[in-house]
Amino acid sequence: MTRIPLRPLARILEAREKGENPDAIERENRGLRNARIREGARARSEGRLVVLAGLFFCAFLVVGGRMAAVSASVPSEPRVQTQGAAIVMARADITDRNGRILATNLATHALYAQPQQMVDKALAARELARIFPDLDEARLYERFTGPAKFLWIKRTLSPEQKQAVFDIGEPGLMFGPREMRLYPNGPIMAHVLGGAGFGREGVNAAEVIGVAGVERRFDTFLRDPANNGAALALSLDLTVQAAVERVLDGGMRMMDAKGAAAVLMDVRTGEVISLVSLPDFDPNHRPAPLTEGRQEDSPLFNRAVQGLYELGSTFKLFAVAQALELGLVTPDSMIETRGPLTWGRYTIRDFHDYGPELSVTDVLVKSSNIGTAKIAGMIGPLRQQAFLAELGLTTPPLIELSEAPGVQPLLPDNWSDLSAMTISYGHGLSASPLHLAAAYASLVGDGTRVTPTLLRAEAPTGGARLVSPEVSGILRDTLRDVVRRGTATLGEVPGYEVGGKTGSADKHRPGGGYYDDRVIATFVSVFPATDPAYVLVVTLDEPVETSGAEPRRTAGWTAVPVAAEIIRRAAPLLGLRPEIAPVRPTGVTLTSN
Amino acid sequence: MRTVLLFLSALMVMSLAYWAYLENYRTKAALDRVEKLQYDIGRMREELAVLRAEWAYLNRPDRLRDLADLNFDRLGLLPLMPEQFGRVDQIAYPGIAASPLNLTGAVDVMADRPAEEARE
Repeated sequence: MTRIPLRPLARILEAREKGENPDAIERENRGLRNARIREGARARSEGRLVVLAGLFFCAFLVVGGRMAAVSASVPSEPRVQTQGAAIVMARADITDRNGRILATNLATHALYAQPQQMVDKALAARELARIFPDLDEARLYERFTGPAKFLWIKRTLSPEQKQAVFDIGEPGLMFGPREMRLYPNGPIMAHVLGGAGFGREGVNAAEVIGVAGVERRFDTFLRDPANNGAALALSLDLTVQAAVERVLDGGMRMMDAKGAAAVLMDVRTGEVISLVSLPDFDPNHRPAPLTEGRQEDSPLFNRAVQGLYELGSTFKLFAVAQALELGLVTPDSMIETRGPLTWGRYTIRDFHDYGPELSVTDVLVKSSNIGTAKIAGMIGPLRQQAFLAELGLTTPPLIELSEAPGVQPLLPDNWSDLSAMTISYGHGLSASPLHLAAAYASLVGDGTRVTPTLLRAEAPTGGARLVSPEVSGILRDTLRDVVRRGTATLGEVPGYEVGGKTGSADKHRPGGGYYDDRVIATFVSVFPATDPAYVLVVTLDEPVETSGAEPRRTAGWTAVPVAAEIIRRAAPLLGLRPEIAPVRPTGVTLTSN
Repeated sequence: MRTVLLFLSALMVMSLAYWAYLENYRTKAALDRVEKLQYDIGRMREELAVLRAEWAYLNRPDRLRDLADLNFDRLGLLPLMPEQFGRVDQIAYPGIAASPLNLTGAVDVMADRPAEEARE
């Protein structure tokens, strides 16, 4: 840049000659120079502003472009994480206590049709009717030619059926992926597992929801992706359950009973090892509920949990336990048993005449109604009600089945002195076999309350104390005496020290009163009696034993032998070693080689 | 000197660009491989679930019982019964004299065995 002098000599000399002030020239030139400098600075800052605006424009363009790209792109799974494919199925498995699968999923396909894309509707209908015998050709053709644009044909297909449908070559028949709930063990544990069905259905997926039992109770848990596919481990043992079902089924047929239930429970933890209700069903093809008649006759009815029965003499233990705990009697106190006992219009009789008096132990061993009623009279209805409530016999059972909260035991409207007496020997209060198992486990375990559970429990729950350990010990000895010399002598299983109490209650006639020839026979057993590990309740509905001269219906002849056989089969499977010398020691020797 | 520096930095930029290009492609290849492996893992897990279901189905107690009944004359399998439990001291151990090793000063760790059995 050429610098213009402020006082150019030529102009100064010229101005001096004319007599002008040369300073004016300098001022003028200085002004011009300043104007030029200002002009330059202004142009530079304007340029900077433009550059800055350009940069901002670009930055906003980038941000905007990125936003548009993010909002318009399809979401995709993260590709770098390593543990992406942990969850395969939408519903977790259910396993037994040893990890054997009770319920799992199978990937399968559903079949649907889009009639407007179909080429030969008559052929498709004929071929489908051939592949699926339960479909009707005429009905299918009618549906294909109807106005519908979308039709479900089959919810689940086997791979062979899918291939067969594929081979028809009809473009309007399409498949949607499905997950199917599979119960590989068939009817075993049917009542516990319940069953599953489809909820909301779409073409590409369908919800599998539990409809009953554990499946429904733990529906949220089983479908929770946060569990990462972890299986639900139940407390039941598949092998024991299968053995118990088998024996109970045989017993039910032999005793000509119309139904049976069994509950096998761990005394310490309250874990239910086996829960059987017969007749049963296959949860893979869950039958529809009865639309007429009584639901109790449906195979869906869980007799062990939902069945409320007057459980008869098995309730006598509760009266005796409470009287011992309150210090009203000792095991050797004598109770007057001269009968019949009349209370107002009501008469209480015994099965046999047991003489003028019995000790408290013998009241249980011989199962005297009069003796128990006398003991209940000492306790009084208020204290009895409180004790039975503590045992959980007046409220629905706290077990993890969707049906359980609705099972309210039937209590007398007015818990009078007479009610107290009849309830003491098991009439006037209806409870389920599961209630009974939990109450017995509470009393004979160590006297603390046991809550039944279907989930694996590592340690005892440590419930509230109901009776002292000493009373619990007396009860164990008494129950052992019932089997040794009382009403349940057929329940003896060598080596397992079975203790128990029988109960035979006449069934309610729907109109009122009781049947003469229909009973509910129940046997609650505890084994081994000195240090109880398990409680087993066996209930037979209307059994009759006809080997003798006249039909016998009492529990001692019906439920007890069945329970004994169950213990013989189940106890070795549970790892209980009998306290006896083996019958064939040579056989044992051979297996060791 | 200045030219050399300029040349060297230009060379470095080029080599870095080449390295970045190479790494970019290797990363993409690795991601593709991961994706394929994830897919394979998913498919195998699905197969595993099917196999587990089949295993459970084939091992269902009803079928095992029927098989045991069918093959009774060959296998002779019966349900486990209390009589089949034994105690350790009822098993006939090989006698100590029959031991192939000639041990001296051996310590008897089975001291709780009944005396008459130990003498065999």
